[in-house]
Amino acid sequence: MSVSGPPAQARVVVIGAGIVGNSMAYHLAQQGWREIVLIDKGALPNPGGSTGHASNFIFLTDHSKEMTLFTLDSVRQYKALGVFTQSGGIEVARTAERVEELKRRMASSKAWGIDAELVSPAEVKRLVPYINEDIILGGFSTPAIGTVDSLRAGTLMREKAQAMGALTVVPSTEVVGIDVENGRVRRVRTDQGDIEAEAVVISSGIWSPRIARMAGASIPLSPAVHQMISVGPVPLFADTVGEIKYPIIRDMDTNGYERQHGGDLEVGSYDHRPILWEPDEIPAIGQSKLSPTELPFTKEDFDESLEHALELIPDILGDPSVGIRHAINGLLSLTPDGLPLLGETPEVKGLWSVAAVWIKEAPGIARCVAEWMTSGVPEIDPSGSDIARFYDHQKTRAHIRGRSAEGFNKTYGIVHPREQWESNRRVRVSPFYEREKALAAVFFETAGWERPNWYESNKPLLAEYGDRVMPRRYEWDARWWSPIINAEHLAMRDRVGMVDLSAFAVFDIAGTCALDYMQKMCVVQMNLPVGRVIYTSLLNPAGGIKADLTVMRLGTNHFRVVTGGADGMRDRKWFADHLPEDEAVQLTDLTSSWATIGVWGPRARDLLQSITDADVSNEGFPFGTCRFIDLGSVRALASRISYVGELGWEVYVPFEQGARLWDAIWDAGQPHHIAPVGIGVYGTTGRLEKCYRAYGNELEQEFNLVETGLARPQVKPQDFIGKEAYLKQRAEPPAVTLCTLTVDDNTSRSGFKRFMMGREPVLSAQGKRIVDRHGRGSYVTSAGSGPSVGKTILMTFLPPEQAKVGTRLAVEYFGEQYPVTVAVVGPTPLFDPQNARVRS
Amino acid sequence: MPMNVLVCVKRVPATAGQITLTPDAQEIDTRYLGFTISPHEECAVEEAVRMIETHGGSSTVLTLGPEAAVDQLRDAMALGIERAILLETDGREWDPVATAAAIVEAIEAERAAGRSYDLVMFGNESADSAGYQVGVRVAGTLDLPCVTGIKAIEIDQGRAAVRRQTESGWETAEVALPAVLTVKEGLNLPRYPSLPGRLKAKKKEIERITPHWQDGGLEKIRLKLPVQAEHKVEILGKNGDVGAEMVEVFQRLRLL
Repeated sequence: MSVSGPPAQARVVVIGAGIVGNSMAYHLAQQGWREIVLIDKGALPNPGGSTGHASNFIFLTDHSKEMTLFTLDSVRQYKALGVFTQSGGIEVARTAERVEELKRRMASSKAWGIDAELVSPAEVKRLVPYINEDIILGGFSTPAIGTVDSLRAGTLMREKAQAMGALTVVPSTEVVGIDVENGRVRRVRTDQGDIEAEAVVISSGIWSPRIARMAGASIPLSPAVHQMISVGPVPLFADTVGEIKYPIIRDMDTNGYERQHGGDLEVGSYDHRPILWEPDEIPAIGQSKLSPTELPFTKEDFDESLEHALELIPDILGDPSVGIRHAINGLLSLTPDGLPLLGETPEVKGLWSVAAVWIKEAPGIARCVAEWMTSGVPEIDPSGSDIARFYDHQKTRAHIRGRSAEGFNKTYGIVHPREQWESNRRVRVSPFYEREKALAAVFFETAGWERPNWYESNKPLLAEYGDRVMPRRYEWDARWWSPIINAEHLAMRDRVGMVDLSAFAVFDIAGTCALDYMQKMCVVQMNLPVGRVIYTSLLNPAGGIKADLTVMRLGTNHFRVVTGGADGMRDRKWFADHLPEDEAVQLTDLTSSWATIGVWGPRARDLLQSITDADVSNEGFPFGTCRFIDLGSVRALASRISYVGELGWEVYVPFEQGARLWDAIWDAGQPHHIAPVGIGVYGTTGRLEKCYRAYGNELEQEFNLVETGLARPQVKPQDFIGKEAYLKQRAEPPAVTLCTLTVDDNTSRSGFKRFMMGREPVLSAQGKRIVDRHGRGSYVTSAGSGPSVGKTILMTFLPPEQAKVGTRLAVEYFGEQYPVTVAVVGPTPLFDPQNARVRS
Repeated sequence: MPMNVLVCVKRVPATAGQITLTPDAQEIDTRYLGFTISPHEECAVEEAVRMIETHGGSSTVLTLGPEAAVDQLRDAMALGIERAILLETDGREWDPVATAAAIVEAIEAERAAGRSYDLVMFGNESADSAGYQVGVRVAGTLDLPCVTGIKAIEIDQGRAAVRRQTESGWETAEVALPAVLTVKEGLNLPRYPSLPGRLKAKKKEIERITPHWQDGGLEKIRLKLPVQAEHKVEILGKNGDVGAEMVEVFQRLRLL
């Protein structure tokens, strides 16, 4: 038998045979796919991508639940393949700030169910006898950490898929083109012949952008250098049987790691300057000395890391007989937001990205994407990593490079949950931007939009409200925060506030079959009178929550969908994917056409009435309705809903008339002492007091409408996506119910009041983890101040035993447990439970 | 008896299997390549370090090249060489005549400053242009004995007993020091740099001299890649089911 090139036909072509491609081939086979072709331009088992030089160790805890779940699943799979070696791993702290961060990592470990402990320097020394314990303050130790043989894992997965008769492996064959017809992938062209295919998976690591571009799609990642050296022979390791005996050390404060590899110690670093490459500049296999992803080591970039490593591991690294035997600038993938790039590309149907995936999460991610490709319903919710999340500007080279460089040194960094990016800001600004700047707005970014989080010009409100603004004196809790947020909140509840909501994504759905289509997409009844606005969820086929948004019916065949900026592109793809093929329904993205101001508060009606002839009384403009009204010389679409629980409207105007609208509302608001109000209120304090859920916090595909308290009394007779699953969910007692908790006492042992931020573990009063019948642990989904109720508010999913008003529980935050009480079970608001205000 | 040893090295691209040239055919395309010294020179450096460890004295590494060649000097110092001299060029290629003249000038300047070398070592040939000339030319100009292609050196009582491998066996020679030796890979097994060595080397001073160009040598017109043989992989089969074909191939290759 001689090599005869790839088959002419395949159901799916997987491009790239690193750990990701091999895992994809295996999981697709497991999911029932046949005629899978796995192709790589390199030779097997190590075709020359990043898998071949990875340090192959797996730390388990990430502050992101999604990434942790992928990692835990991957470890299960590596163990089943027999390629996992448990070694334990310790993150060590050299600074007091890092000691605090390790406490936060402990909390994340508890939230996601990973056994870990904080250990003293002496205990670190006992576990890792070659460490210099004098320069560390402590460690965060996870016994279940280990290393894998990722090349062997890939080989085994290929062999399993081949044994199922599902896979043809085509090494040493280069992809030279991808043909797309009618927006759908048709064929992969290679230097050995063409392959017709229904689906194509790009698992090409750092080359993924180049491959995607052949099909006209974007995979926004940047190859970046990670430096690593291997030193040996280490006398202490001389009698180690196998690969590793001592725990892996992560020297967090210097962005480095040290791990035993047989007789050697590998020292790696994320400390050096960001060294980014372009996918097109990567050498060909023949051009590279070691492999295309193992570039010549640039010593001067590593010198500082050497010194740090020598400080921490002097016994081994200071030994003159131990030499630097291997040193590389290894290439890996970085993305603009640090998360992987998974899912079908929004540009091309049938073209899937599984890129920017590291060894530690690859098999878990591959299972997820294979499930996604097969049934549309992955078990682990990949929304955070969905490649459809990016707006066009986020796919530009400038953005990718800017954010990747900025993110590189955060690899081991202490990243505050509210921390803002610095590079490539001010890309999307609303027409109110100059007005907001003049009011000393502090801008946070969402989806490229600059949005005021609070206004420094509201500082005088602090005096008015005194301690009701719930001031924070602990620096971490007060970072990227201001008591002005809470003052704006109170001013809005007392009088009236105006909120820039231009970051909303706005889609028009129109056409002769628009109603049928919207019925299919949305859970709630869409056959509403023209002029109604309604909140609805969108489900996946398994009844997981895919999106939540509001819909205005503007005409018989015309709906307007408004969703959050952060979710906009994912939601747009979901809508676009389900459009009928006959073009009886059209989707138009009007995000850049409409600017929006929310006007809310007891005086909102008086304000609005003063600039319009329209009847905005409760009878004339009831809650849940929308219509065009004239505000001075601007004709605006006003929609009477509220995410902050106040009387008021979202007011939409054509983008170029935004400044005019701002001025009209601002001027008319002066007699009412209007406050400009930031997203700190809209996104956190206002909604939390009203127990409104947020997508990505409470709402995700892992939870259903019954659990989140969003199930309505009736189910519409029309069919909709996820209906069958939803009916089943309604018939069963829920495994958890979303509850609102209040913190009973947030005073820490140090005397400071502490303020949670979300993702902390919710424990029993005795400090035990709370786990539901599906094995999901309880954690804080959202946290924030409730200035009108005078309490810190937390949301969490609780199993039935705990989901009772008055249950006393505990929340762990920076190593201390704080007493909390279940205040609300289900969706009843904490503030204004009768919703009198919104309906007044 | 303590001795002074000088090792001369040349910064060259660390080439891969496939070499590409710059569009003007004047240089090797080094975008993806690191830089190094030849394996012969690595052995020369190692030998110098060992000699000083055994006999005492001092070792110096010298190179003629651009500022970036400091990397190669520091690499040598990371392994235990004490001093480094850079004959700093503006980056253009120096042919063997000019190079040897510059090195001679530097050695004479050293001698004038009271530092004479008992032994000057070169790699047998450079890894890039492989002229086999510089060591011999330096020896000739300085009127020192020179043995080339050395794979073993023993120093005793001011004399060097050296050996080199030929097709028929080993040739041995004995020379009085001072002498020039050009050495080959296999002389020893060079050590790897240690972390302390690397960090110490980083802080050391590099002595810099601006060399004078001597005319009369070679002129580079352009580089040309040799025709590369096409490699074709043919998989005969898997496991043990292709024994007969294997035998046939081995016979064709006259291995059986």
